[in-house]
Amino acid sequence: MIGVFLIGAVMASYSTNEFRGGLKIMIDGDPCAIIENEFVKPGKGQAFNRVKIRNLKTGRVLDKTFKSGESVDAADVVDTEMQYLYSDGEFWHFMDPQSYEQQAADSNAVGDAKQWLKAQDSCEVTLYNGSPIGVTPPNFVELEITDTDPGLKGDTAQGGTKPATLETGAVVKVPLFLEIGELVKVDTRSGEYMSRVKK
Amino acid sequence: MNWQPSASLDAIRQRARIYRQIRAFFNTRGCLEVDTPVLMPTTGTDVNIDSLEVAGVDPSLYLQTSPEYAMKRLLAAGSGSIFQICHAFRKGEAGRRHNPEFSMLEWYRVGYDYQQLMDEIELLITTLSLSRCEFQRLSYRELFRQSLQLEIDVITIEALRERCEKLVPGTDSSELDTDQCLDLLLAMAIAPTLQGYLFVYDYPLSQAALARPSERDASVAERFELFYNGLELANGFSELTDAAQQRARFEEDNRVRRSRGLRQLEIDERLLAALESGMEDCAGVALGLDRLLMVLLELDSIDEVLTFRN
Repeated sequence: MIGVFLIGAVMASYSTNEFRGGLKIMIDGDPCAIIENEFVKPGKGQAFNRVKIRNLKTGRVLDKTFKSGESVDAADVVDTEMQYLYSDGEFWHFMDPQSYEQQAADSNAVGDAKQWLKAQDSCEVTLYNGSPIGVTPPNFVELEITDTDPGLKGDTAQGGTKPATLETGAVVKVPLFLEIGELVKVDTRSGEYMSRVKK
Repeated sequence: MNWQPSASLDAIRQRARIYRQIRAFFNTRGCLEVDTPVLMPTTGTDVNIDSLEVAGVDPSLYLQTSPEYAMKRLLAAGSGSIFQICHAFRKGEAGRRHNPEFSMLEWYRVGYDYQQLMDEIELLITTLSLSRCEFQRLSYRELFRQSLQLEIDVITIEALRERCEKLVPGTDSSELDTDQCLDLLLAMAIAPTLQGYLFVYDYPLSQAALARPSERDASVAERFELFYNGLELANGFSELTDAAQQRARFEEDNRVRRSRGLRQLEIDERLLAALESGMEDCAGVALGLDRLLMVLLELDSIDEVLTFRN
């Protein structure tokens, strides 16, 4: 407890000249990540930093202008690799593979990532003041088809697709020849089918 | 290990080409090339410009933010019209269009006023561009009127702050003074909309820097800036020659510095003594050569014209 108290007491801050993409700062009470930082200065006038930031809680992107030289509180935000364990319906549970420490993320924090989460897969969990506020699934996941229309044998050359439900609940478009029970590789960033995976 | 220059060899050759042409341009027009020190015991007092101080020497020396003070001492000594190509240094100015060390062309024309100097800049840039260029001129007041329907002479600070927050979303303007609001609007609401070469002239007297007050309009100074597509290229004045007024401006800079918690700077007494002894009426301008190269070569980032970044 004492340690936590001390960390809270000596809050770090950043001056605008330390601004760069990826830096985590507090804006209006929310943790945010800097996406872009532009130094704007009329030769003999006041200098400003024009910054594009993402609110890490809401995902919203907004613009902010600072007088150069101003300081902004740092956000205590860390991205950690964690293993997804299971969901109890209300929370999604993750474990740090090194410390075995567990974290429970609510539906808000997991967001769209929930449709790609499969037990044992490694995810990036964003912790703010030690609690999860965001989850990024692996770029590629391999998931089993649990429901789709019957496969059309010998139709591998055709370009057609059909919807398929995967074991995590995600629905993706797959080629017509795929069957229930087959394993597919999906790009979680685009939600697109990549290839069939041999079991 | 990335040891390669950040500019292309073509950009490096183009820089050599324009330096040759600049020297030929001024030599044929009777301007003397001069070379003043980059390190001096005093520096510019501008509130918005921070100097780099060199450690380990006593008394401390400053890397010059422009060669203005030294060149004015040459003018007072009777040099006649002079020009200089040099490096200037400004602490903390780094970004897509800024580098703390940058190249400057500064020149002074004895007997010119600022409008005549603008004519000469047009001629120089046309010469360096190797093609016809169109130039426009607009007063600072008219620019705000046309771009934002804003009357800078009558607007209240409250209304000005409101416009800042509306036109530049995500701005907290509560601690900005009038000039800071105008800087914000010019840099972020007006400059991005500007097209081609544009001289903006007759800046508010509160932004006079080292410019002479206008005789036609007591609220403005004979200062101008040149923009290309909103990128600031040059800043010039009909030069202030009055030593007492110049001292008052230095002292005012230091007063504002104190109120903002910035360091006090020693006033350059040698410059004031030079003005006291008499400097002929003249107009002078500083033109950023890195940025001019960006414009001539149609490049978007200062890195692309610098051999190496600092």
